[in-house]
Amino acid sequence: MGKYRMHILVCGGTGCQASESKEIITNLEAALKSVGMENEVQVVLTGCFGFCEKGPIVKVLPDSVFYIEVKPEDAEEIVKEHVVKGRKVERLLYEEPTLKEKCETHKDMPFYKKQIRIALRNCGLIDPENINDYIAVDGYQALGKIITEMSPDAVIEEMKKSGLRGRGGAGFPTGLKWEAAMKSEADQKYVVCNADEGDPGAFMDRSVLEGDPHSVLEAMAIAGYAIGASKGYIYIRAEYPLAVKRLELAIKQAMEMGLLGKNILGTKFSFEISLKLGAGAFVCGEETSLLRSVEGNRGEPTNKPPFPAQKGLWQKPTIVNNVETLANIPPIFLMGAEWFTKIGTEKSKGTKVFALAGKINNVGLIEVPMGTTLREIIYGIGGGIRGGKGFKAVQTGGPSGGCIPKQYIDTPIDYETLTSLGSMMGSGGMIVLDDTDCMVNIAKYYLEFTVDESCGKCTPCRVGTKRLYEILTKICDGKGEEQDLIDLKELGNIIKDTALCGLGQTAPNPVLSTLNYFWDEYVAHVREKKCPAGVCTSMLSYFIIPEKCIGCRACTKVCPVNCISGELKKPHLIDNEKCIKCGACQNTCKFDAIVKR
Amino acid sequence: MAIKSLEELKAIRDKLKDHVGVRDDSKEKTKVVIGMATCGIAAGARATMIAMIDEISKQGLDNVSVIQAGCMGSCYAEPTVEVRIPGQEPVLYGNIDEEKGREIIRKHIKDGELLNNLIIGKPFESI
Repeated sequence: MGKYRMHILVCGGTGCQASESKEIITNLEAALKSVGMENEVQVVLTGCFGFCEKGPIVKVLPDSVFYIEVKPEDAEEIVKEHVVKGRKVERLLYEEPTLKEKCETHKDMPFYKKQIRIALRNCGLIDPENINDYIAVDGYQALGKIITEMSPDAVIEEMKKSGLRGRGGAGFPTGLKWEAAMKSEADQKYVVCNADEGDPGAFMDRSVLEGDPHSVLEAMAIAGYAIGASKGYIYIRAEYPLAVKRLELAIKQAMEMGLLGKNILGTKFSFEISLKLGAGAFVCGEETSLLRSVEGNRGEPTNKPPFPAQKGLWQKPTIVNNVETLANIPPIFLMGAEWFTKIGTEKSKGTKVFALAGKINNVGLIEVPMGTTLREIIYGIGGGIRGGKGFKAVQTGGPSGGCIPKQYIDTPIDYETLTSLGSMMGSGGMIVLDDTDCMVNIAKYYLEFTVDESCGKCTPCRVGTKRLYEILTKICDGKGEEQDLIDLKELGNIIKDTALCGLGQTAPNPVLSTLNYFWDEYVAHVREKKCPAGVCTSMLSYFIIPEKCIGCRACTKVCPVNCISGELKKPHLIDNEKCIKCGACQNTCKFDAIVKR
Repeated sequence: MAIKSLEELKAIRDKLKDHVGVRDDSKEKTKVVIGMATCGIAAGARATMIAMIDEISKQGLDNVSVIQAGCMGSCYAEPTVEVRIPGQEPVLYGNIDEEKGREIIRKHIKDGELLNNLIIGKPFESI
C-alpha cells in the first residue's frame, strides 16, 4: 500500500466547499499531527461525490466508510475514534430513511447513487477490443442460454413481460415489434440495428458502440433467434470511425470464437452481422428511410403500413432496433424480465441514457431509472447550472423535441410525461438552458437543422419547415410582425398533421413548445423589437461605458468598420449606425467597458 | 478456436474471471483503466496513456497493466483514469494530462499517496 495506511477523502465539490470542507481538512491534519499520525494517514481533497444534499462528505479508505453532514468540529472525533481506535463515529453515518438503519458504506445506500447502469454497464469497465473481457462479465451467456434452453415464443414472451420500449425516440414496445416479425412468414428475415444517431449532441449510442460493442452483437443474435432471422445489419453513421473500427473487430473476434456465424455454440442457430455505413443524412435515422438506404437507394421514407415487421428490407420481415434498446437485452435475459420491471415507472420500465449538455457543470452521459425528476438530474447528478446562473429550461429530444420550463422541474421523466408537456423523450439528448439563452433563437437553430435535413419528398416538410425557418429568422432579425406569431402556430400544427415521416411530423415541436411556454419572449421580439436574453444581435447594440473606458484604443484597432471614435486616453464612442455587431471590440476590451444590450 | 457448447463458454468465463478481474476483487495485477472513447481521445487520453506506460517502465513496475476502456460518462472531466489496486477500492481521477498521469504512477501506485483535488466520484452503480 505504500507509506499511508489510511486515506481520508474530503469532498471538495462546490456544494461541500460552501459548507467548509477546507476547514475540515485543516482540522483533520491538525488532529492527525496531535496524535503523531500525519505520516500514516493522508488527507485528500476530492471532486464532487454526488451526494450534495448531505454534504460535506468525508470518506475513509480502506474501510470505505462514508460520513455525511460533517462539521469542522467533527474532525477531531473522526481522528481520535476512527483512525486511532478503529471505531466508526455512528452519529455521522448516513441513516437511510426507509430502512431506518445506519448505512456504513456507499454500497448500502440505495438512493445515493441516482444512476443505475444497465445499457452502459460495461462502458469504462472493460476493454472493448478484447472479447475475453466481455466473456468474463457473463458475455454471450444470455445468448447461450436462449439458443439451448428457450423457444422463440418464450423469448418473445419474456421481452413482452419486461416492458422494454424502443429507446430511439418513439418508445414502441420491443416485444410487440418482435412478435409481429416472428408471425410474418417468409424465407428470409432481417434484424437491423439503427446506429445512425443523428440528433445533434447525442452520443449515447456512440458510447455503447465504442465501449461495449459485443452487447449489441449478442442482442442482435438473440433477436434473430426470436424472429427467425439469420442475418443482421448494423446501419452506422460514417461519422463514427472509432465505433466502426471497434464493431468490425468485435464481429471478427466473435466469429473466430464461434459466437457468431454458423452453428453458434454447437447448435443449429446461425447468425451473421454486416456493417453498412451511412452517408450523413439525418432522415436515415427514420426506419423506412434507413432500410431504403441499406438497399442502395436514396434515403426517403415510405408509407407505413406496411410496417417493416411485415415488409422491410427487400420486402422481407425486418425489425429495426436502436443501439440502446439492444444494449438492454442481454441483462434482461440474465437477470430476468421481472427484475427489469422493478426499475422505472408503470408504463416506462427500465432506465434511460441521457446526454447531458448545455449550461450545466457535469456535462456527460448519465443513465437513470425512468421516473427520475429533472431536478434530480440537473442539480443532483449534473452539479447545477454553470456559473451559478438561473435555470431557464431543458430541451429534450433533440430537433424533434421541445423545451420544458422551470415550473416543471419536479416532473418525473418518462415517455408519457414528456409528451404531455409538449416535448418527447427522443433518443436522449438533454440540453440545459439558462437566462442567457434566447428561446426564439433556439427554435430557429433547430429549424435550420431540419430544413437542411429534410429529404424533400413531401410538401409539408420540404416547403413548410422552410417557411417556419424564414419566419423565425425574420423575428430574430427584428423584423417580426404579430401575424407571424399566429402563422407560426398554424403552420406548425399543419406540418405536424400532414408530413409523411417523423422528421417532418416532429420538426415543429421546438417552435410550438417555445411559443407555448415562452410566449412573452416572442412578443418582446415582435412588439418591442427586443431580445430579453441578449442574444439576437440585430436587436442589440454595443455601448462603451464611459466610466470604465481608459481610452487605450485596443477596440478601435480590431473594429472592421472603423466605427469607434475618440481621443487617446479619453472614453471612446461606438457609432451604432455603422456598427455591424461583430463583437470584436467586446472580446478585445480588457476593462469590461463594452456591453451589449 | 470456436467454442462448441454453452458449457465450454461457462468454463472459459470462470477461468477468465480470475485473470481479467474486472471487479474490485482482482487478484493479480494493479490495473490502470483509461477512458478511450472519442471524448477521451479528443481530450488527450492517448498522450496520457503513452506517458503513463512510459512512467511505469521507468519506475520498473512489472505488476501494473494499462487498459483502454470506453466512456464512463464523466465527459466534463476527461481524460479519466481509474486506479484498481488488488484488495482496495478503485479510485477514479479526472482531468489527467500527461504530467498528472505520471504523478499517479509515482505517487499513488508506487507510494500509496492519493493525488489531491483530482479524484471524482463515480456517480453510478453498475448492475
